[in-house]
Amino acid sequence: MSAAFDEKIHNTLADANLQLAIYAATGRLIDHRKHAVAVAALPDYQELRTQANALKKHTIDHLDYYLEQFEANVAAHGGKVVYCKDGTEVADFVLGLAKERHAGLIVKSKSMTTEEIDLNERLEHHQLESVETDLGEYILQLAHQKPYHIVAPALHLTRYEVGDLFARTLGVANETVVEKQALIARTVLRQKFLAADIGITGANFLVADSGAVVLVENEGNARLTTSAPRIHISVAGIEKLIPRAQDLAVFLKLLGRSATGQALTVYTSFLSGPRRAGEIDGPEEFYVVLLDNGRTKLLANREHRQSLYCIRCGACLNHCPVYRKIGGHSFPWVYSGPIGAIITPQFLGVAHEPGLPFASSLCGACAEVCPVKIDIPKILLDLRAEVKKSEEREGKARLERLAFKLWAWVMCHPRIYEMAAKVASGLAPAESGKWLRRVPAVMDLPPVRAWLSQRDLPPAPGKSFREMWRKR
Amino acid sequence: MSREHILHKVRTALGRTAGQAVADPPTVRLRVSEMDVETRVAMMLQRVEALAGKTRRVATAQDARAYVGSVLGGKSAVASNAPFLRECGILDLAGVQSGFTAAPELRTLCATADVGITSADYALADTGTLVMLSSPQEARLISLLPPVHIAVVPPQRVLTSLDELLIILPHPAEQTSSMVLITGPSRTADIEQILVRGVHGPGEIHVVVVG
Repeated sequence: MSAAFDEKIHNTLADANLQLAIYAATGRLIDHRKHAVAVAALPDYQELRTQANALKKHTIDHLDYYLEQFEANVAAHGGKVVYCKDGTEVADFVLGLAKERHAGLIVKSKSMTTEEIDLNERLEHHQLESVETDLGEYILQLAHQKPYHIVAPALHLTRYEVGDLFARTLGVANETVVEKQALIARTVLRQKFLAADIGITGANFLVADSGAVVLVENEGNARLTTSAPRIHISVAGIEKLIPRAQDLAVFLKLLGRSATGQALTVYTSFLSGPRRAGEIDGPEEFYVVLLDNGRTKLLANREHRQSLYCIRCGACLNHCPVYRKIGGHSFPWVYSGPIGAIITPQFLGVAHEPGLPFASSLCGACAEVCPVKIDIPKILLDLRAEVKKSEEREGKARLERLAFKLWAWVMCHPRIYEMAAKVASGLAPAESGKWLRRVPAVMDLPPVRAWLSQRDLPPAPGKSFREMWRKR
Repeated sequence: MSREHILHKVRTALGRTAGQAVADPPTVRLRVSEMDVETRVAMMLQRVEALAGKTRRVATAQDARAYVGSVLGGKSAVASNAPFLRECGILDLAGVQSGFTAAPELRTLCATADVGITSADYALADTGTLVMLSSPQEARLISLLPPVHIAVVPPQRVLTSLDELLIILPHPAEQTSSMVLITGPSRTADIEQILVRGVHGPGEIHVVVVG
C-alpha cells in the first residue's frame, strides 16, 4: 500500500463528521434500493439481472460488430462518431471543433468518463470554459474536487460547506437552506445554458440498432445540455453499447432502482442525431466520441472482460463495508468502491496502487447487488495474485516469501511447532495489550510494523492446547 | 486514424476478424399485462401524484380548458403545436402563446414564460411517465425551460408500461431525433440527500387526461 493511500484512509477514519455523512448517505441509498427491488415491487428482478448479464456479455464479446453498427446508424441520422484512444485525443477533438465553430462556452452534464480523462481541466488549460451543470458536479467544480461517489458526487459535503463555497466563489449571500442553494445554482446555470455553444454529455447507453445515446438523470440538466446549445457531443467508453432499443426494457428497470431506488429516473433521453427537418429545436450537430483509454487492454482478458459490463449504478459502493468507512476520495482514481478497485488496476496497471485489490474484506456484498452480476470478489482475488507476482518479479516480496516458507515448514513439523510455540509463549506477557510492538528489534522491520499498525497478537495462555490434550 | 487502431485492438482482443457475423443477441422478454383504459389512466395519475405531480381527470375539452386556465391564473404560457391542445381550446386562453416554428423565437419565450403547455405522444401507467417525441408538433424546450409544465393527454395514449412502449416503438430513432421520458417533476438530492424539486427542469408538473 502506498503512503498516500494509507494516509487518505487514516484521515477519513479520523474525521467523525465525514464518517457520519458517508454512513448516512450510503445507508439511505441501500434502503431505497432494497424497497425498489423487493419481490413485491419487482417480481422478475433476478431474471432481469440474468438478462442484463447475458446482453452485456453478448455485446462485449462481439463489440467490434456493435461499434460499427452504431457508427453506421449515427451517420444515417446525420451525426458523426469519433474514436479516441485517450483523453488527449478527446480534448484535441473538442478544441478543434470549438475553434472551427467559434464556440466559446461549453455546458456539461454529469459524466464519469469525462472525469476519467480530466476533460474540464484539459479544456480550461486552453482557455475554453466548460461548466458542470449537475448540482453536485457544479459544487465540486467550484471546490476543485473530484466526485466522491459515482451517483452522489458531493455526498461528503454539508449544506454549510456548500453555503460557504457559493458565497466565496459566486459572491452571493451565504445560504444554508438547500432549496435556496439549488435556486442559486439554477439561476447561474440557466444563463450558461442559454449562452453555451456546445453541450457535452456522457452516455448511460449507446444503442447500436438506433445510433442513439441514452441519458438518465433527475435534474433536467442533461436535457438542457442536449437541447439548448447548437452542438451536442457525447463522450462515452466503447463498452457502453447495447444491441437494441428494446434492451432498454431490461437496463432501465435495473439502473434507476439499483442507483437511487427509482423505477425510472425523472428524465430518460433517447437521442439519435441532430434536429431533423421540421423539428423545432435541438442541436444542429451531433457527435459521439468513443473512448478507449485502456478498455481494449482489459478486453483481452476473457475472465476480466466482465468488468466492462458495469452500468455505473453505484450500488456496490453503498453496500461495501470498506467504501462506507474509507469513503470515495481515499481511492486512487475517479472510480471508487468495489468497481473502482477492479477497474483502476486494469485501466492503469496494478502498480498504480498495489494496495487497492487488498482493500476489501471479500464479503461479496458487491456481487450480490450488482445489477449486471459482475463477479467483483473473484476479480479482486485475481488482481491480488497479479500484484504479488509483479512484486516477486521485482524482488520486492522476498522477505514475505521467506517468512511464509518458514511458517509453512514449521507448520509441517509438529515437534518444531510445539517448541516454537513454547518459546513464543515464554516471551509473551500474560496480560493483553499491544505487547509485540514494545519489542524494538521486531518493530524495526517495516513489514512487521505495517502489519502491527492494525493488529495485535493476543496474550499467550498458560498452557497450550497440546499440553491440555495430553493430560486430558 | 484512431478508428482503425481501436477497432483492430478490439478484434485482436476478442479473437475476431473484420466483418465476422454475429448471432442474434439474447431475446428480451417484453411483458404487457392486460388492463383497460380506465385502469391505465387511474394508475398513471396515481403514480404521477406519488411523485408530487398534480393530476386532473376531466370529461370534456371545456373542463380541460377550465382547469388549465385556473392553473395559469393570468400567468404567461407557451403552448406546443400539438393539435390536441387546439381541439381543447387551450390556445385561446389569455396569456398563451403558440404556433412557433423557429428555434430562437421559441427559446427566448420559453426562457421567460411561467408555464409550458404540451400534449404527450404516450404516457406509461405503471411509472407515471410522459413520453415526448420531438416533432413539428412538440418542441423540446416547452416541457423543460418554464418552471411549470402542463401536459394534456387523451386517454387512449396511456400505455401500461415501458415494455408496451418498446413494443409499439421498437425503433424510436426512425421517428424522431429525441424521445424523452418524463417521470415526475425535476428533482435533486445532491446536497445532504435533501430532496429539492425544480432544480433545472420544471418543479411543478400537471397531467390532465381528457375524455
